[in-house]
Amino acid sequence: MRYIPNSPEERAEMLREIGCPTIEHLFRPIPEKFRLKEPLRLPPARSEVEVMAFFRELAARNAAATEYAVFLGAGAYHHFIPSVVEALISRAEFSTVYTPYQPEIAQGTLQALFEYQTLICQITGMEVANASLYDGSTAVAEAVLMAERVTRRREILVARSVHPHYREVIATYTRALDVPLRLLDYDPETGSVDLNAVAPSTETAALVVQSPNFFGVIEDIAALAERAHDVGALLIVAITEPISLGLLRPPGELGADIVVGEGQSFGIPLSFGGPYLGIFATRERFVRQMPGRIIGQAFDRHGRRGFVMTLATREQYIRREKATSNICTSQELCAIMAAIYLSTMGPRGLRELAEQNAQKAAYLAREIARQSGFQLRFSGSHFNEFVVQSEQPVALVLERLCERKILGGLPLEPYYPELRGCFLVCVTEMIPRSTMETYVRVLSEL
Amino acid sequence: MATYPEDCLYTREHEWIRVEDDVGVIGITDYAQEALGDIVYVELPSVGDHFSQGEPFGNVESVKAVSELYMPVSGEIVAINEDLAESPQLVNEDPYGDGWMVKIALSDPTELETLMSASEYEEYVKEEREK
Repeated sequence: MRYIPNSPEERAEMLREIGCPTIEHLFRPIPEKFRLKEPLRLPPARSEVEVMAFFRELAARNAAATEYAVFLGAGAYHHFIPSVVEALISRAEFSTVYTPYQPEIAQGTLQALFEYQTLICQITGMEVANASLYDGSTAVAEAVLMAERVTRRREILVARSVHPHYREVIATYTRALDVPLRLLDYDPETGSVDLNAVAPSTETAALVVQSPNFFGVIEDIAALAERAHDVGALLIVAITEPISLGLLRPPGELGADIVVGEGQSFGIPLSFGGPYLGIFATRERFVRQMPGRIIGQAFDRHGRRGFVMTLATREQYIRREKATSNICTSQELCAIMAAIYLSTMGPRGLRELAEQNAQKAAYLAREIARQSGFQLRFSGSHFNEFVVQSEQPVALVLERLCERKILGGLPLEPYYPELRGCFLVCVTEMIPRSTMETYVRVLSEL
Repeated sequence: MATYPEDCLYTREHEWIRVEDDVGVIGITDYAQEALGDIVYVELPSVGDHFSQGEPFGNVESVKAVSELYMPVSGEIVAINEDLAESPQLVNEDPYGDGWMVKIALSDPTELETLMSASEYEEYVKEEREK
């Protein structure tokens, strides 16, 4: 079936109306050499049965998380998603709606987003959260720009233990601006930010760290906040694995000024990298410099509770080039998925889940470190990820694991040339003990 | 009907300035506050900041829009109206009095000659309204 919505007669009529002899005539402004003079070289049309079979065959070549044991983390985590999340999010009231510009017809969506913001404030320990951004990496880049607006300073210090992709996005966002980016090294023993290397100045707008960091190591947020605040800079804390907040003290209680992160772990499938969810929370006094949109609670003239978009006057569709950010939307459906997930888990459920992740990771780390030729690279405390150093080539180790349908980890050398022989391992609640035993056995046989 | 006190000078961007001993008090005009509607937030610079004539020094946010504030003259900020943080509606209620925004030490008083008098501004507003 060809999706051409008009008939030859209608096309002729349209051409007559605009006074154009042929369709070819319309394309004259395009230089000859760029014009296609033959039909597209496409295979002949196939039946629906054939097309389905073709794509099924392609899909089968993927290594799906349902078939492999996933020990990959590094910003995308394989967690269990309770069925209630998909059941509720599939309701047309959520899945088909457009941006809630008209509060009179969008109370359900607005309330769900308001609840999402409330949940994010509770788990991060912050005062205000927006209705979400695209993903963790754009959220941290937006946080950098916001810190510059708040402090009216330029320099940004970024820990090397922040996710390498997040650092790339920060660099992309700031490339055309006058923003000196300085990298902070990690302590080669512990894997956490080397506090001795942290020397912000009165030129520094913000210090950007991640916790647990890219190596899975938990950072000393309170000490870093003190360093930043001593010179009037802000502390931005990025989180790629927010399940950790079930166990760790919220960054807001430890002095973070902006908390950003990836919300994929909250009920959103891996989906080959997206759509994900950008979490963004800060202090109330910075709310007018915060990017994105906020859903507020209000009361109508009869005193009944309702919800509306608020502070929208600072968004780009109203304020053009003077807006706080180019972002003019939110990752609405994913934010609602996260709200459903967090409501389902509850504070106790999230804590139990976080404990399970931490305990399983601790178990596997201990067992791997017992194998000859393998050791843990860093001594710092970790949550559900840790770095293993291998005497054998990493590619060989991962190949052997893959033969047993185990995606064993992420090689770190491409991101950190000095970490040759190292790979990052993540353990979530999806990994049964028997799989961890298989993992260790494969290593012991190398 | 909007009012324009005789002791102020006015800009085309609808700020007013009242000068006494080389210190100018600055705010937005009655016409501006009326056009903006209910003001919910005023973002002001810090004491000690320097601005040139025509440079944006802050912004005023109403339920409809966020608008820039432009400096009528060059100089250094010597005071800001702290009350506006808690009570931005003062700008609506008393634009030439309690709704003032900043005080500035003028660096070049001759710049005042480029501003409009009350009667000139009134004429300018009439033209603006007719547009």
